Amino acid sequence: MGARSESIPFRENAAQAVRNAALRAAMRNATGTFSVKRSHAIASVPIEEWRELASQVRLHVLDNLEEYVNRFERNAVKAGATVHRAKDAAAAREIVWCLLKDHGARKVVKSKSMITEEIHLNDYLERQGLTVVETDLGEYIIQIAREHPSHIIVPAIHKSRRQVGNLFAEKLGCERSEDPVVLAKIARAKLREEFLSADAGISGANFAVAGSGSLVLFTNEGNGRMCTTLPELHVAVLSIEKVIPSLADLPKFIRLLPRSATGQILSAYVSIISGTRKAGEATGARHLHIVLLDNGRSDIVSGDCREMLKCIRCGACLNACPVYQTVGGHAYGSTYPGPMGIVLTVLLEGMERAHTLLDGTTLCGACGDVCPVKVPLPRLLRRLREQRVEIGFTAAAERLGMVGFGLAARSPAFFELAQKLARLAWKPARITGIGSTLDRMPMPATTPFRKRIS
Amino acid sequence: MRVQFFPTCLVDTFFPETGEAVLKLLRHFGVDVRYPKGQTCCGKPSDSGGYSYETKKAAEHFLAVFGGDPDPIVIPSGSCASMVKNHYPHLFIDNHRLRETANAVAGRVYELSQFLVHELKADLAGLKAQGRITYHASCQLTRELGVREEPLALLHSLNGAQFVPLATAERCCGFGGMFMTKLPEVSMALANDKLDAILATGADTVVGCDHGCLMNIDDAIRRRGASVRTKHLGAILAEGL
Repeated sequence: MGARSESIPFRENAAQAVRNAALRAAMRNATGTFSVKRSHAIASVPIEEWRELASQVRLHVLDNLEEYVNRFERNAVKAGATVHRAKDAAAAREIVWCLLKDHGARKVVKSKSMITEEIHLNDYLERQGLTVVETDLGEYIIQIAREHPSHIIVPAIHKSRRQVGNLFAEKLGCERSEDPVVLAKIARAKLREEFLSADAGISGANFAVAGSGSLVLFTNEGNGRMCTTLPELHVAVLSIEKVIPSLADLPKFIRLLPRSATGQILSAYVSIISGTRKAGEATGARHLHIVLLDNGRSDIVSGDCREMLKCIRCGACLNACPVYQTVGGHAYGSTYPGPMGIVLTVLLEGMERAHTLLDGTTLCGACGDVCPVKVPLPRLLRRLREQRVEIGFTAAAERLGMVGFGLAARSPAFFELAQKLARLAWKPARITGIGSTLDRMPMPATTPFRKRIS
Repeated sequence: MRVQFFPTCLVDTFFPETGEAVLKLLRHFGVDVRYPKGQTCCGKPSDSGGYSYETKKAAEHFLAVFGGDPDPIVIPSGSCASMVKNHYPHLFIDNHRLRETANAVAGRVYELSQFLVHELKADLAGLKAQGRITYHASCQLTRELGVREEPLALLHSLNGAQFVPLATAERCCGFGGMFMTKLPEVSMALANDKLDAILATGADTVVGCDHGCLMNIDDAIRRRGASVRTKHLGAILAEGL
């Protein structure tokens, strides 16, 4: 956000990623596995009906976003939480930092959260002198490698078990292993110490239930529960569109999110956190602060790409996208990669910075097919390409070519002339390299079809 | 039966033999094929690129050329057929007359395999072919038009040819119109993935319903020097006539 105005060098990143054989193998392996698991998990359920129901709930929320966010706030406060509103990333970081400072926190444990990635919270808190420990295994790997997540659900998807083994041996000083069970045990032992010595826990939320003021977390490792119940202070950071009307709506997502994300029928843990620890309860944070982040969403919800805010961050569109499968998440140079990432990044960070990402789709439609809440991703991608043209972020040569195309498309005489010119220019263009981007096309036929039909 | 034929600008310019093959095929089934003069391009390239002004102009021209005739419009391309059928009706929200025409024309559009199976029952005609054939299912054909069974029914019906399914038939080949030139490395990687899958079938011919994809796959074949050929569905069906 803000001062960064340079565009993301997506094409260069993508070209480099394509040449990285280890990355390609890891991505092929992982996205393939998740896609197969997903298709098994939805094979015997009325998936279209479920998608439609979930989509309707999400649309209804967007139609009444302010009302539901206010209701969530009222009920969360009633349950003992303190709710903060953050207009943008800087405000959210500031709120979190002040809460931690006031609490005298030195060490924070974190459960996986893309919103805290969006606001670059870890870097900020570390600069303030805090120790921040990611406790989701994938996030932990990424953190000790000093990288950023390359997938919204599987942050270390780009790493092979061998690479993780080497990383652990180097950074944690443990014996080298490639066995995922051994590696998980090593991380578990390290993280246990962190949980017990942390002063605060930070989490995101998969959903915020307006009717009860509850936060809902889907996790697989149990670390989310440790972060939100062990320390005295729990700070949850979430964006406003995470709200759903009532607990009665939750099952619609409990059955869809894990199936779409990892192909699980259920995630290992579904935590519903309603306020602070009550009298007589043995667990739960004593202080719960909820930071509701807007960061442009109030504007997005009234625009023509509003349906992007239906997204429940399952990552299915990443796994299904042939481009994402090929280049991995880091090539996008954004918090959110893949089809949903392209759309969201353009909406959140602006066309100037993110217009290059719009080249990252063949518009094959696979993303739209797998989306559990029917975000019309192909349509949104096309709509944003239109906006890119409208505000003038396409290359001059392309614009000129399109003017020519427009003329040829509405004038048969000009069309025939263009055919002739293309045929004449084909060889010189190839030889001189001017047409190097077109060198994967065959030569135009000597006699086009229109001249062959009598 | 009379139809209007829109071979597409790609076939017109680069693959006229496919246009002639489709013509021969349709005539074989007794179809009176009319080629409306003055046709150009459906506007798919500008639509994918986000150039809505050019897209509207192309669509207006298409509607002027094809809209006056009540005969079905046969298009040997999933992406061009879907452009006219699914995208045109949304182009003219503020122009009642053009929207009506677009809706009417959209209702008359057939992708080639749809027309062959649903109108001509060509899958029951005992057509002939040779060799070992596999099939790439193009993206707009399957996901936008919902055409999945028709090409398979036609290929399965071929006497003398052996059909072998492609494991990743519905995965994008990496063509994507301008995508091919915008992210050439990724496009080539995807075409190579597709070629790997094709070669794994042991087929000598890969058939598709979109020349855009076939052109992209062809490039991968040429670069690798692989011994497999691409063939449009219409061309393979006409080959045995």
